[in-house]
Amino acid sequence: MNKPIPDAVAGQRAGSRGSGLTRWLVSLPPTLFLLVFFLAPALIMVAASFQHPGEFGGLAPLFIDGRIDPAQLTLETYRFFFGDWIYAEIFLRSFLVAAATTLICLALAYPLALTIAHSTKRHRDLLVLLVILPFASNFLIRIYAWIILLGPANLLYTPFAVIAGMVYVHLPFMILPLYSNLEKHDPALLEAAQDLGAGAWTRFWRITFPLSLPGIWSGTALVFIPVLGMFAIPELLGGTGDLLIGNLIKEQFLDNRDWPLGSTLSLLLTLAVLALAALSAWAGRSRRRSA
Amino acid sequence: MAILEIRGVTRRFGDLRAVDDVSLSIEAGEFFTLLGPSGCGKTTLLRMIAGFDEPDAGQLFLDGQALTGIPPEKRPVHTVFQSYALFPHMSVAQNIAFPLRMAGKDEDEIRRRLKETLELVHLADKAQHFPHELSGGQKQRVALARGLINKPRLLLLDEPLGALDAKLREQMERELIALQREVGVTFVFVTHSQQEALALSHRIAVMNAGRIEQVDVPEQIYGYPRNRFVADFIGTINLLPVEVREAASGHLRLLAPGLGEIVAPPVAGVSSGERGAFALRPEQVRISAHGAEPELHNHFRGTIRDSLYLGDVTVYKIELDNRVVIEALLANSAPGHARFFEIGDAVGAGWRQDAGVYLRE
Repeated sequence: MNKPIPDAVAGQRAGSRGSGLTRWLVSLPPTLFLLVFFLAPALIMVAASFQHPGEFGGLAPLFIDGRIDPAQLTLETYRFFFGDWIYAEIFLRSFLVAAATTLICLALAYPLALTIAHSTKRHRDLLVLLVILPFASNFLIRIYAWIILLGPANLLYTPFAVIAGMVYVHLPFMILPLYSNLEKHDPALLEAAQDLGAGAWTRFWRITFPLSLPGIWSGTALVFIPVLGMFAIPELLGGTGDLLIGNLIKEQFLDNRDWPLGSTLSLLLTLAVLALAALSAWAGRSRRRSA
Repeated sequence: MAILEIRGVTRRFGDLRAVDDVSLSIEAGEFFTLLGPSGCGKTTLLRMIAGFDEPDAGQLFLDGQALTGIPPEKRPVHTVFQSYALFPHMSVAQNIAFPLRMAGKDEDEIRRRLKETLELVHLADKAQHFPHELSGGQKQRVALARGLINKPRLLLLDEPLGALDAKLREQMERELIALQREVGVTFVFVTHSQQEALALSHRIAVMNAGRIEQVDVPEQIYGYPRNRFVADFIGTINLLPVEVREAASGHLRLLAPGLGEIVAPPVAGVSSGERGAFALRPEQVRISAHGAEPELHNHFRGTIRDSLYLGDVTVYKIELDNRVVIEALLANSAPGHARFFEIGDAVGAGWRQDAGVYLRE
């Protein structure tokens, strides 16, 4: 009577081992891809930030006679970065531009996402299509169109032009995650809140808004981080005073041929973004715990 | 005075009259049920009471005040939704306290009433849990507590037991009855389950195609359905085609073609010569072995055609001499006797003269 049970369990275990192998095989190609094309360059970048620039661009050789030569390692770029306020200032300005862009995107995207989520199924698909339609034409061409628009209005090469361009390019990345969150809300929750005495404004702040926070966070990440690294928009629409980190990094690699400094700037930017993400995750967790 | 007065309310959706000239009066403290098949208009009526929908014609009065144009958030009427609609980002305590916060009560009162209400629904130990951590029955109780905490004039319940399994449903039915008795709030309950309606209600309104078919206490609805729809919808019922022979003040004499005379309880306004149906519940039929002395006036001969053993009872199908098949329910009270009768047995089927009801065409 007891015998079939261990058999069944053993069979199940064998089955799950089989599916585990399948899962491993399926995830192998993307894992390899990420290891080769993401992790390796990142490590090369870390190493580069401690190297000397090459005589004609690139990097000075690190390995002499097959061994790492300690004389080729230096903290020069870090000393350079922390020795001048100008870099901190550009970092700060970049974070401010990214924050402003994110906030403006959020303010514009929220009502739009809400409208799309509340429209009929047929209209919804059409409206989502309209949101992603700009991606159908080339990014640079769209930025040049802004030059044509802003030029006659005397707004070209101003901070306003930079922010406007940033908002324009990144708005869909805020709308889409917000919409996909809002669309899933159960309309019965709003009816329940109304039934229990909540007016329209209270229903929004007590129900819709808190439930949309995951959508707001993904939209924020999708806008904030790319804006930090963006160099084309400030270069085309901004003035000389509107340089951002992205431009600085690009300059090191393309104009100054100082790969070590470019790598250091990239690395510090990545670390700053990670620190920010950790901070917001921590704040979110402690807020939930206290609620 | 009635707490809720529904006067001539009609609601159209295109050509469909979802609610068609409905008038009802619900008394304070009542457990009132709107019963009907899906699409009968009961939910539309409930939504008009809550304020999510407005009638095209007619009016609703709560405590004598017209409800026309008053939005749901301003009506002292709360709803327990079918899906419960608990706020997923709020704890049990925050969910239940929500109506008090909306009403702007101070913190002391909120704390006091929250404690009372949590105890009322036996959820004191779950106050800090979130809805996704609760079982179906616990979610149900949170929804009830949230609906009751601010002492609404009416609590509307939209098929709240539909999502529960049979055992839990029976337990929740008992809890609902006890809860309603304890808080004294008027309940308006919507369901398509005749069993829930019979078990819970003080009064039932049976609805069909937007209209009210009958309003009465459960015993009357079950025992004396007013028409074929009500008779058919509530439980199982046998229908025998009959002609009225004599309509006396104390009884009706009916003639069932091919069978003979049936004596039935009187029905007002019936005249001899008219045709209709005699409706009889299966549990009112007594089966006797063939040849036994008939002890009832309404006694006919037939043959067992089918039997269904359900444990507590056995359902027999008996073909009477006029080829009409009726169902009879026999309680299996004697241990060991699973089946008293076998298929093919010749039997007698009888019922009391005060059993059954004559239904007009």
